[in-house]
Amino acid sequence: MKMERINWFQWSSPQALYPLAGKLIPWFAWWSAVCITAGLYMGLLVAPTDFQQGDSYRIIFVHVPAAWMSMFLYVVMAGWAAVGLGLKARPSFMMAQAIAPTGALFTFLALFTGAFWGKPTWGAWWVWDARLTSELILLFQYAGVMLLHASIDDLRRADRASAVLALVGVVNVPIIYFSVRWWNTLHQGASISMTAAPKMAATMLAAMGIMALGFWLYSAAVTLMRVRSIILERERHASWVQMERVS
Amino acid sequence: MTPRHKRFAMIGLGLVALGIAAALVLNAFNSNLVFFFTPTQIANGEAPKGRSFRIGGLVEAGTLTREGDGLTVHFIVTDTVKRIPVTYKGILPDLFKEGKGAVAQGQLSTDGTFIASEVLAKHDENYMPPEAAEAIEKAKKAGAQSSNTLTPAPGRTGP
Repeated sequence: MKMERINWFQWSSPQALYPLAGKLIPWFAWWSAVCITAGLYMGLLVAPTDFQQGDSYRIIFVHVPAAWMSMFLYVVMAGWAAVGLGLKARPSFMMAQAIAPTGALFTFLALFTGAFWGKPTWGAWWVWDARLTSELILLFQYAGVMLLHASIDDLRRADRASAVLALVGVVNVPIIYFSVRWWNTLHQGASISMTAAPKMAATMLAAMGIMALGFWLYSAAVTLMRVRSIILERERHASWVQMERVS
Repeated sequence: MTPRHKRFAMIGLGLVALGIAAALVLNAFNSNLVFFFTPTQIANGEAPKGRSFRIGGLVEAGTLTREGDGLTVHFIVTDTVKRIPVTYKGILPDLFKEGKGAVAQGQLSTDGTFIASEVLAKHDENYMPPEAAEAIEKAKKAGAQSSNTLTPAPGRTGP
């Protein structure tokens, strides 16, 4: 008996990816707006005040999902880079290129909101502990990948070079995640892990989960928008793009 | 093995090699990646001598005292094994409390007192409404009492 298999390679051409991305974008965009609105409402208005930090802890509802996304998007970007290198597939490189700015945005957001949380709770905007420093390095890594890609004119070489750089940098992600466990840091440990019960009230946890989902949907929507413009830019001489312009 | 499989194998092997290299480097730099030293580490002489470093631990309950000028404070930082007295002149962060975590930067003086130039509060990863915190505190006290009555702990000191 022969199994019916999904042919994943049917989207491995820019021409096929373009309309697929176009179809998915509104869905991701609307649901991200719903989730982020609901998450902010729950986090800022519904969730209870914290027993020791008062209301300043509410930065967590942006800070933690942003930090998660910064690491997650890096892994996804490196994954696309690996697929691109292995299969020599151009859309994979385009996806990697499209993810980088959003990843950098969330890294910046995590650092920025972290500073505003650190000042009232720790008493310092910034400290050079392992968690904060490794997250700052992640921001430079995103910048490095984008800059390297932009600085090489030959697109095939730019794709490959930045893919290798993205792959090399992936070692930093476990370092960021486990830094609070491996070394003494000022940054507190993880409230949520796969091995232990969450160390926060249920409403807070729900609000944070919804925010994370919203950020994920937002990342998907924006990445697909960006990959569409990358496709148009790179394939501008292809006949189907010319047709698209006419219609 | 097709060329495609070979390329994926190369990528995989490259990442493994990179991971090992990173682990070795981090291991070598271990002492420099530590943000603060615990009182036990300081007692064992692991903290750098003659230059500024950070000490971290719990502010022992009942040890926070203020001098007449209202700015100079004394407290003891402990990791429940060793204790280090700390002196600091300045404004403490809001979350600085007895029984909670703190990190202080400064130098160890010859008499074993840590002269801090900066004090940061270290909060934990627990978030809950005040009522829940109260309930846990009550349960803990009740639990402690019942265990005390059941087994008279011989080595227990303090209040």
